[in-house]
Amino acid sequence: MEAFLHQVLGGLATGGIYASVALALVMIHQATHLLNFAQGEMAMFSTYIAWALINAGVPYWVAFFLTIGFAFVLGLAIQHFVMRNIRSTSVLQLVIVFIGLLVIFNSVAGWIFTYTIKVFPSPFPKGAVFGQKYLSPHELGAIGVTLIVLTLLWAFFRFTSLGLAMRAAAQNPGSSRLVGIRVAWMLALGWGLAAAIGAVAGMMVAPIVYLDPNMMAGVLLYAFAAALIGGIDSPAGAVLGGFLVGVLENVLGAYVVGNELKLGVALVLIVGVLLVKPSGLFGSVQVTRV
Amino acid sequence: MSAVAPAAATPLSPVASQRRLPWVGLAVLLIAACALPFLVSNYRTFQFTLVLVYAIALLGLNILTGYNGQISLGHGAFYAIGAYVAAILMDRFGVPYWATVPIAGALCLVVGFLFGLPALRLEGHYLALATFALGVTMPQLLKNKAVEHWTGGVQGIVIVKPDAPFGLKLSQDQWLYLFTLAITVAMFVIGWNLIRGRVGRALVAIRDHPIAASAMGIDTARYKSLAFGVSAMYTGIAGSLGAIAIQFVAPDSFGIGLSIGLLTGIVIGGLASIPGAIFGAFFIQFIPNIADQISKAAPWAIYGIFLIGFMFLMPMGINGAIRLGWARLRHRISAQRKGG
Repeated sequence: MEAFLHQVLGGLATGGIYASVALALVMIHQATHLLNFAQGEMAMFSTYIAWALINAGVPYWVAFFLTIGFAFVLGLAIQHFVMRNIRSTSVLQLVIVFIGLLVIFNSVAGWIFTYTIKVFPSPFPKGAVFGQKYLSPHELGAIGVTLIVLTLLWAFFRFTSLGLAMRAAAQNPGSSRLVGIRVAWMLALGWGLAAAIGAVAGMMVAPIVYLDPNMMAGVLLYAFAAALIGGIDSPAGAVLGGFLVGVLENVLGAYVVGNELKLGVALVLIVGVLLVKPSGLFGSVQVTRV
Repeated sequence: MSAVAPAAATPLSPVASQRRLPWVGLAVLLIAACALPFLVSNYRTFQFTLVLVYAIALLGLNILTGYNGQISLGHGAFYAIGAYVAAILMDRFGVPYWATVPIAGALCLVVGFLFGLPALRLEGHYLALATFALGVTMPQLLKNKAVEHWTGGVQGIVIVKPDAPFGLKLSQDQWLYLFTLAITVAMFVIGWNLIRGRVGRALVAIRDHPIAASAMGIDTARYKSLAFGVSAMYTGIAGSLGAIAIQFVAPDSFGIGLSIGLLTGIVIGGLASIPGAIFGAFFIQFIPNIADQISKAAPWAIYGIFLIGFMFLMPMGINGAIRLGWARLRHRISAQRKGG
């Protein structure tokens, strides 16, 4: 029982990270109706920037916020310079561009920082916290940081006029433009925010999986599974899906399929959800007009 | 496509010669391809064998993604199945190498068809995502303990390179090249017949407008799963030939990188074009080798830049650019004739 509890709580910790990446995916999907295959690699690249800053002697939390800023600008730039200029509506061409971005970030990170695995520091102290032994301080901290990010994001979209404008631009670009919202900039802002959330997730997951250019491949897959379970157009669903996938992954990995086949869980979840209930738990059903 | 219109304006005899021209070119190309292993070193021959292998795989992916519009980011998985079928049959059961190729193809046809059935319900991005997940997961599935005594786990399987039969005085590489060339030509002829006929038109119709296609009486579900099966068969055959040529299979060579490489190949060669598969195969075989001298990451950086660059500048790939250039040239010549 104790081991089981340990698996579940550990799953919640990684689940928080999946929830963040899933949320980033949902944000971009809501604004553009695209699945961002490069989300994981953007987060990985930002994490390398954080690593470089920390190695240069910058204190952890300063590096943390600088990296978030960097990721924000990166996301903004991708929307402004790449995605905005694609006139094509062909899904194939858009997917190819995303795959191209994925490959470019991966290879540039490998080029600059080499492919050797690096240790990424955790900002949280070592040792037991609150007299319990189920969760390490980093896992607890990661859950905390995830929850803070989610709350901030929710407050931003709920209580600020900029957040309202962004929601409007995503929901109805045509009418938003008519009432004076700069839709292109709202899209870019959405990309920036998504990239920033991804960067936080990257910095939280790097101490656990170690830093290397391919570290986000698995995380991205779980995040996709999470976003689909929650419903690809539901931010709250994505967060819940993230925690659910984290726990499922850990428990199934420990008791059912074994650690080698953990990624198989993501594959089965993705294909299963798409086949059985493509709208997920909280998403809206898509209807196409002929 | 666009090459047809200006041709109608020119007198009759050039048209006839233009019709014959591709056949002459094809024959010259084929003779050159046959002569190649006797002109270059064994290592180069081996590299050209891999070009042929990739060409088959790219043709397979192009049937699915280029012609039928079903995006696959996980074709490396079918390549892996083909490679492992060949390796396991040769290593564990002593099946001769030439017999493994059709078996690999048949198995991949079935697996692809079965994967194509649920894929019917997925469209666009979601199909891309499901196949992406398949591509990322494949190495883990191959490393799995349950199948380790077949697949050799992380170590993989080493297989023996076949000798030339009938006492022919050919090196192993030369023989394997000619063997692969024969299969490649056969696969391209089959693919060409498939694409230019009824089936090909149905596939393109489904890609361009699925609702209109089904209104015209095309059995959309059947053709889409058929395309998946045939595409997987091509890629599986390529996988088995690749395994025989490289003499080694291991899980990590069949990761998402291979799938992305194949996608890059069809984008650069030209989506929905048969010669494009050959251009793409040359690209993914030789460009990484050259770029590798700069940095280990350089081949991938080039893949990425070419993927995005081609989408912006040449969405129809090399084949499309050649066709466009050729059409413009002919247009100019015929315009000059009229003027003079």
